[in-house]
Amino acid sequence: MAGFILFFAWVGFGGDLAIGMLTADNPPGSYHHWFPFIGIVTSLVAAGVCWSAWRNGAKRVLWAAGAWEIIEPATPEQRQYVNVVEEMAIAAGVPRPRIWLVPDDDPNAFATGRDPETASIAVTQGLLERLSRDELQGVVAHEMAHVRNFDTRLMTLLAGMVGAILLVSDGARVILRGGGRMGSGGRAGGGGGKKGGAGALGLVVLVLWLLTLVIAPVISRLLAMAVSRKREYLADATGAQLTRNPAALAAALEKLEGHGGATRAITKGAAHLCIVDPSERKISDVEGFLGDVFASHPPMRERIARLKGMAYSAE
Amino acid sequence: MLTLGILLAIVVVLVLWVVGAYNGLISLKNQVLNAWKQIDVQLKRRHDLIPNLVNTVKGAMNFEKGTLDAVISARAKAVSATGVKETARAEGELTQALGRLFALTEAYPDLKSNANIMALQEELTSTENKVGFARQLYNDTATQYNTRQATFPTMLVAGLAKATPAELWEIEDAAERSVPVVNL
Repeated sequence: MAGFILFFAWVGFGGDLAIGMLTADNPPGSYHHWFPFIGIVTSLVAAGVCWSAWRNGAKRVLWAAGAWEIIEPATPEQRQYVNVVEEMAIAAGVPRPRIWLVPDDDPNAFATGRDPETASIAVTQGLLERLSRDELQGVVAHEMAHVRNFDTRLMTLLAGMVGAILLVSDGARVILRGGGRMGSGGRAGGGGGKKGGAGALGLVVLVLWLLTLVIAPVISRLLAMAVSRKREYLADATGAQLTRNPAALAAALEKLEGHGGATRAITKGAAHLCIVDPSERKISDVEGFLGDVFASHPPMRERIARLKGMAYSAE
Repeated sequence: MLTLGILLAIVVVLVLWVVGAYNGLISLKNQVLNAWKQIDVQLKRRHDLIPNLVNTVKGAMNFEKGTLDAVISARAKAVSATGVKETARAEGELTQALGRLFALTEAYPDLKSNANIMALQEELTSTENKVGFARQLYNDTATQYNTRQATFPTMLVAGLAKATPAELWEIEDAAERSVPVVNL
């Protein structure tokens, strides 16, 4: 998380740093870049996007998934689901979240909201049909753990930050294409004769910063996934602590894993909120470096093994 | 001047620590009380559900009157119980009586497939779970509270916060430990 914030600071203020270094050697009277307006503008954009994600992120995720809220449970299955959520809310000591159902046959579940008071938990129809009561309880406990550990807030904010980076990066590319010629002309005039160390360093920093801008969307998504992977293990463990039944969650994960299809109702942007990766080509199956960098979820085998370890030591 | 500054700093740090420790204890104490209320809410709900259940099965199970009466009297005892220990014991008995009743409904095919019974069964299972989880939360919070007020250095302000050990909800009867197998 700290890396994430450093990265954003770099994207925002790195450009100012570079230009500041470049113009530091300029003769008095000519332009000195000291006011970090690039950083301030990007920060404002990021803050705006995050604020909107903060206010409407949860609603948007639920809307995008086509979820509808269960107010009055209509079937025994839904009744059971509502009961299980209430049980887990008691176990976690948080208020009962709003309960949603996603009309999708693939079993999956996610939680969203900025704090336990405004949290929402959603599962797919397929999940209700396939899991036993204990397994459903394990899955709901995992989601409740995300709520109680404030992961839902973190994830919503991360989604907002990734969106902001994308916006800034795209904007910067457009500006650079337009202003490229003018910038190079100015530099030739100002830097003539003076070969200050700060100027050379500034150029290196500027190049680095421009490179970062180009690959920023990729890096920010990778960072978001790294955060998400860590929180998955924690939520599994907290979920097991809530139900005192890690074996049921392990069994549920095995069922979810065994059902290979994709959860079509859930879009890519919400993938890191789900209990299992909703995409078709499950990259979370890939262990080792590739899986470590590109997956939003840790390898399923590893998660199940850890849960079974807990179940074993509890007996 | 320097020593005075250092002394002042130490006093400020100490005062801040006392305030923090005191507030922490009070907050935990309230959490314990709240967790206890959670159990209460769920127990009340269970007591409210039982008459429904008894009415539904009464017709079909005329000759199992003993079991039904056991449930009713266990419920009455549980409703009037006060204090952690007594409540725990009475509720344990009620759980057992309910377990026996559900085990008996096994023998009645028309009861087993009755939608009402199934809904009631789900409600009671859920309430039972809620009682269990509320108890778990209560015990976890109470343990945390007890540990905090008994360990150094927080114990130094325990008297100030009027902290006394909270009673844990324990299962006393060995028979209660064996979970009745309910399989409808």
